[in-house]
Amino acid sequence: MDFNLTEERQMLQDTLRRYLREQYGTERRNEILASDTGFSADIWAELAELGVLGALFTEDQGGFGGAGFDIAVVFEELGRAGVVEPVLDSALVGGRLLAAAGKADMVEQVIGGAIHLAVAHGEPDSRYDLDHVNTTATDNKLTGRKAVVMNAEAADHLIVSAKDGDAIALYLVDKGAQGLDIQGYPLLAGGRAAEVTLDNTPGAPLGLTLTDFEAANRLAIIAQCAEALGAMETATALTKDYLMTRKQFGRPIGTFQALAHRMSDLLIEMEQARSAVINAAGYADDKDADLHLSASKNLIGRIGRLVAEEAIQMHGGIAMTQEYELAHIAKRIVMADHRFGDTDYHLERFIALSAA
Amino acid sequence: MDLSYSPEELAFQEEIRTFLQNDLPKDIAEKVRLDGDLTKDDMERWHAILNARGWLAQNWPKEFGGAEWPAVQRHIYDTEAAAAHAPRIVPFGFSMLGPVLQKFGSKEQQDHWLPRMLDGTDWWCQGYSEPGAGSDLASLKTKAVRDGDHYIVNGQKTWTTLGQFANMIFCLVRTDSDAKQQEGISFLLIDMDTPGVEVRPIILLDGCHEVNEVWFTDVKVPVENLVGEENKGWTYAKYLLTHERTGLGGVGSSEAGLKAVKRIAKAANHNGKPLIENPHFAARVAQVEIDLRAMATTNLRIISKAAAGEAPGLEASMLKVKGSILRQEINDLARRAVGPYAMPFASEAVEGANDRIPDPLDAGPVAGQYFNNRKLSIFGGSNEIQRGIIAKVTMSGGA
Repeated sequence: MDFNLTEERQMLQDTLRRYLREQYGTERRNEILASDTGFSADIWAELAELGVLGALFTEDQGGFGGAGFDIAVVFEELGRAGVVEPVLDSALVGGRLLAAAGKADMVEQVIGGAIHLAVAHGEPDSRYDLDHVNTTATDNKLTGRKAVVMNAEAADHLIVSAKDGDAIALYLVDKGAQGLDIQGYPLLAGGRAAEVTLDNTPGAPLGLTLTDFEAANRLAIIAQCAEALGAMETATALTKDYLMTRKQFGRPIGTFQALAHRMSDLLIEMEQARSAVINAAGYADDKDADLHLSASKNLIGRIGRLVAEEAIQMHGGIAMTQEYELAHIAKRIVMADHRFGDTDYHLERFIALSAA
Repeated sequence: MDLSYSPEELAFQEEIRTFLQNDLPKDIAEKVRLDGDLTKDDMERWHAILNARGWLAQNWPKEFGGAEWPAVQRHIYDTEAAAAHAPRIVPFGFSMLGPVLQKFGSKEQQDHWLPRMLDGTDWWCQGYSEPGAGSDLASLKTKAVRDGDHYIVNGQKTWTTLGQFANMIFCLVRTDSDAKQQEGISFLLIDMDTPGVEVRPIILLDGCHEVNEVWFTDVKVPVENLVGEENKGWTYAKYLLTHERTGLGGVGSSEAGLKAVKRIAKAANHNGKPLIENPHFAARVAQVEIDLRAMATTNLRIISKAAAGEAPGLEASMLKVKGSILRQEINDLARRAVGPYAMPFASEAVEGANDRIPDPLDAGPVAGQYFNNRKLSIFGGSNEIQRGIIAKVTMSGGA
């Protein structure tokens, strides 16, 4: 048993944390949030250069990591800094799907930061269900609508799920393909997504099925849990600092027991959250991986809500302002519950898998 | 014990319903239903419609042009208005300053300011909180120094709701720096067009502009704008906080919100069935509804007490805490119900941007509202302050 990071992962964590602390402050990020593209091409290139994108792939795939803990290390730091660049969708999920399809040349471009991807799977009434696909594929022509597709506008290629007969398969659709319509919009917690419609749009079969998509989705859950954990660490750190410096009634408000105890509760829950992420990363390849992942996503969803709400409440009005760091961080935490299955979705799945 | 309304109250309810059905502009109601930003014109239009019926200042005595509704009737109005998606009456003049002027203002002040509230000549905002004086309001530092026929005001107020629309602000200012904190405060009416007054917007975390900072630099305020006596402002502010506080629980808003959650959850698909049929989600909704039913009765009990002439003290604090928690819980349910479609950001700041925001469940910006309504447990005396009041009154015999 060893709960320490390997030397390589420790270096990755240190490098990324230092880089983001220096280059991704509140002011810089607020500029990025207000930009038309919703992310910074410079930051993206630098993340590639630092090896952050490569750390999401195994050596066989052309990277130098790719295990659950590599993913967790990267996303915890991205979450800590409230990064809005689409690392999760474009590089991790998109890239790993292409790797599974044997598209080595494209994976190399992903790792180098040269191309962007989007994963178009969810549909307007699929909610969080992975096997609910109404988009059809006939002779490799796709028709249907995909909902809240992250990074769709910036993507050079979209990975689109569709049903050919009864089976769900994945297709590669190029930017500007015939019949492809992308209606983009900003997201509350930063970045951009789009409603994507396909009308007889040509797609190249990737030879991947729903099973492959589920494998990529497991990585997404690890990443999303770790990202939320990082953001929660920032929220608790900001709150702790505020409680020790903000004075009312002639003393720091953290000296009031009513607040001190609530801060203590947050710190206790944060240890639970950290363990949940370790469970998710550590059991990623276990035969009961889905059970562990659902447990972690459910717990992160519950603790995330508590941390976001308590951090805002203990700050008071200042946390309600857009320009204060916590506002963005709290939105990242709560919106994490709206991706890859929310608290209730994973509770149900945990119950079903436990009974099985 | 009888939980039902009297025949007179039922007739009143019917009258309000008919009025809302006929006179509430549809475009305004639709904005309220989907939590859109109301313009100044929207709010003024609604005020004028109410004023034409004599229903704008519902709590004021008739002698001042009010409707003089008893607490039960005001409750009926609040409930029906929330259900019909009528805008909230902007409270700063009618619920806050009006009663203070009626109780402590001079005859001249009453004759001058009260009619102007009713006809919309003045839009009032509240200057209480300061950057260093939030929960600890009595530590406020904005200073007013007497200079002949004027006070010279310097300082800064914050969290000034709808200050961008206001032409008048009522302020707590320090007029005696040597006295004990609460004893050196005065209640001053300030024309915001006076040189030296500057309003700066604060953008909230959901992108909305509803609060402001108001800065005062050598602002000249005529002494006739002092309400009551110098250095007695804290008493007036407390009067304002302990009276007219029966609507605090927001029961009507919660009921309307819960109805919206059910509608969304009926339309939302979960594993091929409506989300509302999902046992986990249904349980969440049911628990909130059970709480809300009890709170509606708690609210009515307190209203009955108020109708019998007892000023709600503790109960107001209790209603505020429980009411804010329930409303926030309902906002949480709404964002859960919409699933991934909670993520798109409907910003009123970008003209026309909302046309492209997908909203297949016709839910409005529920995630934005979830974040925005975190304010409910922070403003007007945070829930921590309210709990402190409850503990102090019940366990040491006085506030």
